[in-house]
Amino acid sequence: MNKIYLDHAATTPVAPEVFKAMEPYLTQFYGNPSSIYSIAQKAAMAVSEAREKVAALIGADDEREIIFTSGGTEADNLAIKGAAMALQNKGKHIITSKIEHHAVLHTCEYLEKYLGFDITYLDVDDEGFVSPESVAEAIREDTILVTIMMANNEIGTIEPIKEIGEIVEKHDIYFHTDAVQAVGQIPVDVNELKVDLLSLSAHKFNGPKGVGALYIRKGTRIVPQISGGAQERKRRAGTENVPGIVGLGKAAEIAGEKLESKAEEVSRLRDKLIQGIEEKINEVVLNGPRGKDRLPNNVNFCFRYVEGESILLNLDMLGIAASSGSACTSGSLDPSHVLLAIGRPHETAHGSLRLTLGLDNTEEDIDYLLEVLPGIIQKLRDMSPLYEG
Amino acid sequence: MYSEKVMDHFNNPRNVGEIKDADAIGKVGNPVCGDIIKLYLKIKNGRIEDAKFKTFGCGAAVATSSMVTELIKGKTIEEAMKISKDTVAEALDGLPPVKMHCSNLAADALHNAINSYLGKSSEEEPQAETEESKGYLDSVSNDQ
Ligand code: FES
Repeated sequence: MNKIYLDHAATTPVAPEVFKAMEPYLTQFYGNPSSIYSIAQKAAMAVSEAREKVAALIGADDEREIIFTSGGTEADNLAIKGAAMALQNKGKHIITSKIEHHAVLHTCEYLEKYLGFDITYLDVDDEGFVSPESVAEAIREDTILVTIMMANNEIGTIEPIKEIGEIVEKHDIYFHTDAVQAVGQIPVDVNELKVDLLSLSAHKFNGPKGVGALYIRKGTRIVPQISGGAQERKRRAGTENVPGIVGLGKAAEIAGEKLESKAEEVSRLRDKLIQGIEEKINEVVLNGPRGKDRLPNNVNFCFRYVEGESILLNLDMLGIAASSGSACTSGSLDPSHVLLAIGRPHETAHGSLRLTLGLDNTEEDIDYLLEVLPGIIQKLRDMSPLYEG
Repeated sequence: MYSEKVMDHFNNPRNVGEIKDADAIGKVGNPVCGDIIKLYLKIKNGRIEDAKFKTFGCGAAVATSSMVTELIKGKTIEEAMKISKDTVAEALDGLPPVKMHCSNLAADALHNAINSYLGKSSEEEPQAETEESKGYLDSVSNDQ
């Protein structure tokens, strides 16, 4: 059977070079980087090389600004809770958007519920853009942090982070961006974006799961969220995930080299897919913008009158892996908060399909999908009480 | 995550469609997730002669709809009234916990159709499953 993987925003396969780079640190140089003997020092050196590579990928001035974490979620938690706790005497207001990943939204709700913070959740327009003006308007005396994602995981909207950064910079406020979906797909430069904190995750760009990083601009204060040893310059305790960190470093290096060619190739497939779906199936709505403000790897459609899980089950039977809403929410029943925020009605939001591309996808994959999808949608519509035929 | 039976009924749903001159129609929306089923019955001498459905919903919604039509064909309306969501879920070899509410949909549509046939206004509100608390922030017990 065909195996076509179209869920790269959920996770990606580990690149062979990445796997090869990691292996010796599982079996040979397994020493704890905090120890002094040579197999440990070898591990410590590998960690510091990886730190340099990650710093290079996002344009950080100093590799000491990179703190390794267990992934994007922990990086978001550390950034938001860490900044909130460090600055709470100054103010307790945070600005975010309605379409953030749950790692950000639920962290904000946590601060609201348990630590008395006041959170502004900004609206987005019908393509998912946060307007920089709305950020400017929401800023108050007691605002301490603005956190807006760089690119949306469901609908691929690339937010105007640089413009927002220019506004936030004029105030004494920290600016965090969850760049988990952006890093490795589009150019990311922390100085150009004027962010103080930036989260990234290895497994979104062919690195291993269980490792990510938080960029913390020099001079930015955060309270550590995991207490213990002095690792990561006392910002994140716990023995380093050496093989994972090495894998992240290697993935960052490759991503940097391939950034342009990958974006070009993947966005060509993306546009072919978008065009094909719009030509072959009626009553579909593209979610998110078109062109350069959309992540090169993201396609997201609502198919009216049908429900998302039914589409996924049918695709899976043909060997195609895709997602509806986002993988993280498939345990819950509410339609995607992102699709509701861009104004899709409840039933339409229920019928979304997200296809996210990667380097392993080919022209033939797209052709095959375009061949089978219209039939699946028609079959489900014929079964739907909402469809008049 | 679904049983083989569920997947079988999802892939080859029995009795999809409409009955033009149906004697009873039950239409319900699932209050938990917003999915919708429309169930058509042909009833003669107190017996369900034919049943068809249309469903907008998840895999479990489609499978339970299909299963309900199979279970009720040939049954008297009294017998059909006794079919509950648990009957349907059991007939499908169970549903994943997060999908238990889906079996409400088909059972509610069935009861709704029969009640309307019997001339009872069936405004017994379909009940949402509330076994799971919605707020993720409510303290979580350890035994999951
Ligand atoms: S999720 Fe709605 S009926 Fe199953």
